[in-house]
Amino acid sequence: MPTIGVKRDLLFEALGKTYTDDEFQDLCFAFGLELDEVTTEKQMLTKEQGDVAVAANACEEIIYRIDIPANRYDLLCLEGLVTGLLVFQGKLKPPKFQFVEPAKRQVLKIDPSTAQIRPYAVAAVLRNVTFTQASYNSFIDLQDKLHQNICRKRTLVAIGTHDLDTLQGPFSYEALAPNQIKFKPLNQTKEMTGSELMDFYSTHAQLKQYLPIIRESPVYPVIYDANRVVLSLPPIINGDHSKISLKTKNVFIECTATDRTKAKVVLDTIVCLFSEHCAQKFTVEPCDVVQPDGSVISYPELEVREERISVKRANAYIGIDEPAEKLADMLTRMYLEAKVDGDSLVVKIPPTRHDVIHACDIYEDVAIAYGYNNIKKSLPAFMQIAKQFPLNKLTEQLREQVAQAGFTEALTFTLCSRDDIGRKLNKNIDALPAVHIGNPKTLEFQVVRTTLLPGLLKTLVANRKMPLPLKLFEISDVVVADESTEVGARNERRVVHGLLDRVMQLLSVPWKSASGTKGYYLQATEDPSYFPGRCANVMYDGVVIGKIGVLHPTVLQAFELTTPCSAVEFTIEPFV
Amino acid sequence: MHPDLTERILQHLETTDKADTLDLAALFAEDHQKIVGSLKSIQAHGELVTAETVTHKSLGLTDEGRSVVEHGSHEALVYDLVPPEGIAQAALMTAGGANAKVGFSKAMSHGWILVDKSVTPPLVRRKVDTITDVVRSQLQQVALGKGDQLPAKEVADFKKRKLLQETTTKSFVLARGPEFATTLTKLETDLTVEMLANGLWDQLKFKAYNFDALGAPPTRGHLHPLLKVRTEFRQIFLEMGFSEMPTNNYVESSFWNFDALYQPQQHPARDAHDTFFVNHPAKSHKFPQDYLERVKKVHSVGGYGSKGYGYDWKLEEAQKNLLRTHTTAVSARMLYKLANQEGGFKAAKYFSIDKVFRNETLDATHLAEFHQVEGVIADVGLTLGDLIGTLYEFFRKLGITQLEFKPAYNPYTEPSMEIFCYHPGLAKWIEDLHLIEYGIIDISV
Repeated sequence: MPTIGVKRDLLFEALGKTYTDDEFQDLCFAFGLELDEVTTEKQMLTKEQGDVAVAANACEEIIYRIDIPANRYDLLCLEGLVTGLLVFQGKLKPPKFQFVEPAKRQVLKIDPSTAQIRPYAVAAVLRNVTFTQASYNSFIDLQDKLHQNICRKRTLVAIGTHDLDTLQGPFSYEALAPNQIKFKPLNQTKEMTGSELMDFYSTHAQLKQYLPIIRESPVYPVIYDANRVVLSLPPIINGDHSKISLKTKNVFIECTATDRTKAKVVLDTIVCLFSEHCAQKFTVEPCDVVQPDGSVISYPELEVREERISVKRANAYIGIDEPAEKLADMLTRMYLEAKVDGDSLVVKIPPTRHDVIHACDIYEDVAIAYGYNNIKKSLPAFMQIAKQFPLNKLTEQLREQVAQAGFTEALTFTLCSRDDIGRKLNKNIDALPAVHIGNPKTLEFQVVRTTLLPGLLKTLVANRKMPLPLKLFEISDVVVADESTEVGARNERRVVHGLLDRVMQLLSVPWKSASGTKGYYLQATEDPSYFPGRCANVMYDGVVIGKIGVLHPTVLQAFELTTPCSAVEFTIEPFV
Repeated sequence: MHPDLTERILQHLETTDKADTLDLAALFAEDHQKIVGSLKSIQAHGELVTAETVTHKSLGLTDEGRSVVEHGSHEALVYDLVPPEGIAQAALMTAGGANAKVGFSKAMSHGWILVDKSVTPPLVRRKVDTITDVVRSQLQQVALGKGDQLPAKEVADFKKRKLLQETTTKSFVLARGPEFATTLTKLETDLTVEMLANGLWDQLKFKAYNFDALGAPPTRGHLHPLLKVRTEFRQIFLEMGFSEMPTNNYVESSFWNFDALYQPQQHPARDAHDTFFVNHPAKSHKFPQDYLERVKKVHSVGGYGSKGYGYDWKLEEAQKNLLRTHTTAVSARMLYKLANQEGGFKAAKYFSIDKVFRNETLDATHLAEFHQVEGVIADVGLTLGDLIGTLYEFFRKLGITQLEFKPAYNPYTEPSMEIFCYHPGLAKWIEDLHLIEYGIIDISV
């Protein structure tokens, strides 16, 4: 859930209305956002850096921190948020984005060498822009937010924005050996080669995380203008030459990527959100991007898709009964301009709503505009006789009974360390059919338990101070590797406690007499986890279903227990 | 406790109006504590006697005081050590031992000795020929029990010299009480079967109950609190006609856990830092082939009215095994079965409550494994109103009726919502269920 911070007063100014915190919270709620926190820059800095001195010069202006749904890239800055909210409130019609053809388009040529490292690029121009300090900051913040989210920390897409008036087209996107690239990076005074740059930024708090994306590559991506001035070295840093300032009037935007779809979405988002600062609002100047094979594609695409939805279906899906005009109106308020066409609606999906990929996305927006809390509550009409899962039913019944017999239920972790099921139980981990975790964060989660014993023993240790006797039980799943199953492992429901005979009685399993064939019985056996001579297999119908015995002192030692302990563990699956 | 003693005390009181326990101790030649103990026993049986607390202050000799009585006061001993010809002071000190200094200064102040400085080394000589060891005789009086005859000034002085100490003794003055009797009747503790049978319960005296004491806790077993909640939720689902899904498979393939639910293969949640990937067994190999092809298509190019995500879908990603991150993986399997069962699709309601696993670092509010509650309704013509209505009823069974639904985003449900409910106990709104399963039927099946 990305969070954006917007200055409250700027926000209200743009919205044309002042709200109380609660009123604004309600508005967010209805729209699908959450006002997470009301704070100030000073408080935020203090929280982040813990240093009151640093924050001393920071602003005391109120900042709203708002949670934005992960798929709404168009709401990631003040401009986008304001437009979204104003359209939602019906105070603004959804803007229509238009191309303004220049006398001669800017050209960006992609060299085949880029295919090795970062094959795709898109570009656009915003003309006659006027930046204020606030909108400039917003512009930088939006790029940062996009980088963190859809661009997956610049691995998928990297954005570069430049002062077009400092450059000369046509532009060239190439991939060269690190030492062949030399330029003055943003805000630096010295020129550096690609390799020097890597070293220089290896200690930079923000940028060092992006270095691995290209560091080991034989070639680094780089964009040049016609005079071989470096615009940027994606995804690391822009050149100082073309940096944007408050005086910038014409902005050249380039995105390089390993995912073409995402690059298009990113470009569309930036131009749509910031074209409101152009002299001609909501206009964009297209660029020609020449592909390695020579074909030319115009960007940004700013595609407006049309979807046709049935009024009847939309109403039925949500459970409301609104006339077509009302639905059209609701959708328009969600930035999806809609027109009635008989018993359908023709919905225009703008380039700011790349999250709409199916009719149900459109239905959802109708529901949001209607207000989730306004929808009449109903219940599904059909009748069903519910069934319990037999293994769970048996588990619930057994739990009750074992607790009534005076045992205390434990709920232990399914994941444990290798030692917990191996060395500490005097067993060899490699001989056990255990499921191993590939990426555990800690030792405690290396394997999935094959027995319930370690969990219960650890519970005993944690409760050493309690008066004896301690009688624990757990009825839960263990996992064993099993090649015959679809995924290669299966769960097994086990019971551990000290009351074999009573449970068997509950399960109506008779004690097997010498002459009978059915029933359970104990068969003495040796097991390294148990004290010699004090261990038996629990047999049922001739099959081993579990073990019972007194635990071996070395096992007790391994788990740091000081009192003797007896246990029985067996599977209840045959009894379901 | 010492029945004889209690009886003797009672009998004594029959003829004597008042008796101090200290006197009784002397009279019966018993330790005072035993007398007090017996008194307590008597008192437990009712108001046979009255007892008035009395404090006695008495003077007693300290060990040092006793030594004085035996050997003489320090100053007298020092005097005795001075021979007629005198003795060097240093030698006197050594001869006098530990108390020489005290004795010397006292002897000097009494005027029994003097220091002759006319010679070298200075000599200590007797000043008087005889002395009377008043201190000793006075302490002897105390030893004989006549301490109260000593003048107060002397007493204070001796206390200061740590020869005397004052002891306080508490005792009781006993007299006959309203229920006085010369014997103690035994108090019964419990009604017995015999008493009921022979009617003796009417005549016997019973011990008073101590209602301020807690009862003995009975031995009992316990069910785990979290699992009690699980039982309750399970009950609610069953009451609402939901059938339980088989969720006894913690290990799942990425296909069912992610791909079948339209979580794109590059999605952050599939990252190693959110999911536990299994490296043994590492891969699943059995999938329903034609369904797999449909899933692949929708991911890459779209289908069923969806634009798709526009990327190359890889089988190897889908084969990766993991510990399920949600029980929705099981729901997906169930829905697939439901759509492809013999006799065709029939409406159904499913639920499950079981463990899911997230590769998180543990802290006060985050665990790596926890329980997820999941409900699914599959039918033709279901509405969002049905979903909201069902959720409302579920919460109503928990006693929560104030609910607000907020639009939210979840990769595989559309529409999605979060529920905020008003908790009357905490008197504030809390965010409850995060994700709601809805709308999958249209796409996948």
